[in-house]
Amino acid sequence: MNNFTRRTLVKGGTAAVAAGALTGPALLEWAKAWAQNAPWKPEKNAKLSMLRWKYFVQSEDDAFVKLIEAFTAATGVKVDISRESYEDVQPKASVAANTGTGPDLFWGLYSLPHLFPQKCVDVTDVADYLGKKYGGWVPSAVTYGKSGNKWIAIPICYSGNMINYRIEASTKAGFSKVPDKTDGFLEYAKAMKKNNTPGGFALGHASGDGNGWVHWCLWSHGGNTVDKDDKVILNSPETAKALEYAKALYAEMIPGVASWNDASNNKAFLAGEINWTDNGISIYVAAKKDPSKKQIAEDMDHSYWPVGPIGKPTELHLMYPAMAMTYTKYPQACKALLAFMLEADNFNPWIQSAQGYLTHCLNAYDKNPIWTADPKNTVFGQAAKRTLTAGGLGSVGEKAATAIADFVVLDMFANYCTGREDVKGSIAIAERQLKRIYR
Amino acid sequence: MTIALEQAGTKRVMRDATAWERLKTNREWLSLWFMLPAAAFLILFLAYPLGLGVWLSFTDARIGRSGVFVGLENYEWLWDDSTFWLSVFNTLLYTTVASTIKFAVGLYLALLLNEKLPFKAILRALVLVPFIVPTVLSAIAFWWLFDPQFSIISWSLKKMGLITANIDFLGDIWNARWSVIFANIWRGVPFVAITLLAGLQTVSPSLYEAATIDGATPWQRFRFITYPLLTPIIAVVMTFSVLFTFTDFQLIWVMTRGGPVNATHLMATLSYQRAILGGQLGEGAAISTAMIPFLLAAILVSWFGLQRRKWQQGESND
Repeated sequence: MNNFTRRTLVKGGTAAVAAGALTGPALLEWAKAWAQNAPWKPEKNAKLSMLRWKYFVQSEDDAFVKLIEAFTAATGVKVDISRESYEDVQPKASVAANTGTGPDLFWGLYSLPHLFPQKCVDVTDVADYLGKKYGGWVPSAVTYGKSGNKWIAIPICYSGNMINYRIEASTKAGFSKVPDKTDGFLEYAKAMKKNNTPGGFALGHASGDGNGWVHWCLWSHGGNTVDKDDKVILNSPETAKALEYAKALYAEMIPGVASWNDASNNKAFLAGEINWTDNGISIYVAAKKDPSKKQIAEDMDHSYWPVGPIGKPTELHLMYPAMAMTYTKYPQACKALLAFMLEADNFNPWIQSAQGYLTHCLNAYDKNPIWTADPKNTVFGQAAKRTLTAGGLGSVGEKAATAIADFVVLDMFANYCTGREDVKGSIAIAERQLKRIYR
Repeated sequence: MTIALEQAGTKRVMRDATAWERLKTNREWLSLWFMLPAAAFLILFLAYPLGLGVWLSFTDARIGRSGVFVGLENYEWLWDDSTFWLSVFNTLLYTTVASTIKFAVGLYLALLLNEKLPFKAILRALVLVPFIVPTVLSAIAFWWLFDPQFSIISWSLKKMGLITANIDFLGDIWNARWSVIFANIWRGVPFVAITLLAGLQTVSPSLYEAATIDGATPWQRFRFITYPLLTPIIAVVMTFSVLFTFTDFQLIWVMTRGGPVNATHLMATLSYQRAILGGQLGEGAAISTAMIPFLLAAILVSWFGLQRRKWQQGESND
């Protein structure tokens, strides 16, 4: 290909969204052309270091490394990638923000950039460019990415956390699919337990799976931690209803969930000890890969979270924003990398390699083939559109981030379900902590 | 001090030493300089962080921005925080139970190892292994041992027919507490045992011989010879053991992260969760600083209770 102009780039870009990958030398040519035309020219002799969350799926990391190599070949900017367990990215980022040195870019969880918004580079231009080119951002991405009027991070992807269930056990209990209302779901759990095929949600300090279900439970019954002005409104009859529902559900769960972390339900599901839980697509991917678990892979499926009395989906899915720190010596190079990551020719193959674990948040990527390749993947494609933001009605800021990191809502549910506190007591403890956080 | 100058062929001239020469050979001046590297190290890595931590507890610092001085606000809030008091209770329970059992088992082991045994050297090395294995590794091993679904203990007991359902080691509040205490005891006994063994070896055998000749029973020998002579060692080892147990982080964090429902949260783990994960540095620093009075009390008890006998300080007994 020897005639790469801006026109061919734009034409190729929109077509490639549905088609998938350029690979090898074609990718390199494309990347070079992109670098020439991109509005962000990396600084001379720029070198970047990025800290990202450790991959859940090996193939995703391989694709990401290829992406970075293409970026380096195109712009001459070397990027050093280090990986930490996703719960550990936040402490490291916090320390770096506090001390003013460290990796140039962080790719972390939820509202990480909102813990130190003044230390994040303004990336409004990158966000506007990507939004215009790829059909707009989903609403939750805009909330997560913006602080006030400017974007402080680019939402790269979401990690959907949906109901995983075993088909045969559910059919035996009388349900051809997971009920779509919360009342029906409680009946489902009861029936599954009666048949000795119970399930479970994590009630230990599981930052992904635990927070996912307790926030769904709270929001679906109309409870909220704060209102849109960040006033604490946790103490309400709706919250009490949510707690009662959770306690009823807990009675139908397998014992031991109060000690579960994020990996426990994966292990238990793959060992056949539980038959329904909430998780990303990692259980399904692991079952597909392991020949001894093929039967589980064939017998399992995913479904959306049931809708509660409030009448609309109230799910909480993990979001992975990437941000550049203001202490970086190469802000233009950082912006170029962030934009590069979300360009179709890079993003499409990368999302596919994640095998459904990661979901896009730019609307044009709805057409990515991973969502239709396997019908069991499809629900994950909607994760970004169905999720509410951390903090619920309130701001997505350091207060929401603190509340999640301190497991305020999770502990409230755990206190009541395990019987440590009564309804009033659990709410009072959580309310007090929230008032302190949101003061 | 005078200095004699030798010059060929001339008379000896005595003169007073200059101030600099006096200083050069002054013992105290020299010792100051010799201590300076070690002191700098200690101040930079121990005293400064401690001071900074205490200072942070009086501010509302968050990760990512410095805070303003807020006086005792953090402490006032913690005073009414039930999770904080729960962590204090957990820490005190954890420390007292674990340290008591570690002392008892460690002393017993030390007495056993002091006897004439075959393979003494290998036994002593084996006894030390739990202490040497990195804490995180043994914590992960215990975490697997106590898994609610996959515990080998539950499996074995079920196979033997003694129980029918898995034991919920780490999901039930009191089970979790006893589980982490057990893990801590397993880890800490060797330290106590080996140190006490060293102390036992310093007891002169002639004392035992004299007592045996006088007709003392083994228990009387222990009570009147071994134990009193061991008290300084016990003071030292138990102070260390209590200090390390009180500030334990790794075991709890790996096994339970402070759960279930904060039942195994120690002050150290709660401080980490609030300060680093939650971003509230001031509050976390306040929780850590709140540990200091307890630790000071432990040291003072050990010092005044066990080390102040006159004969331990080198004077004769009353």
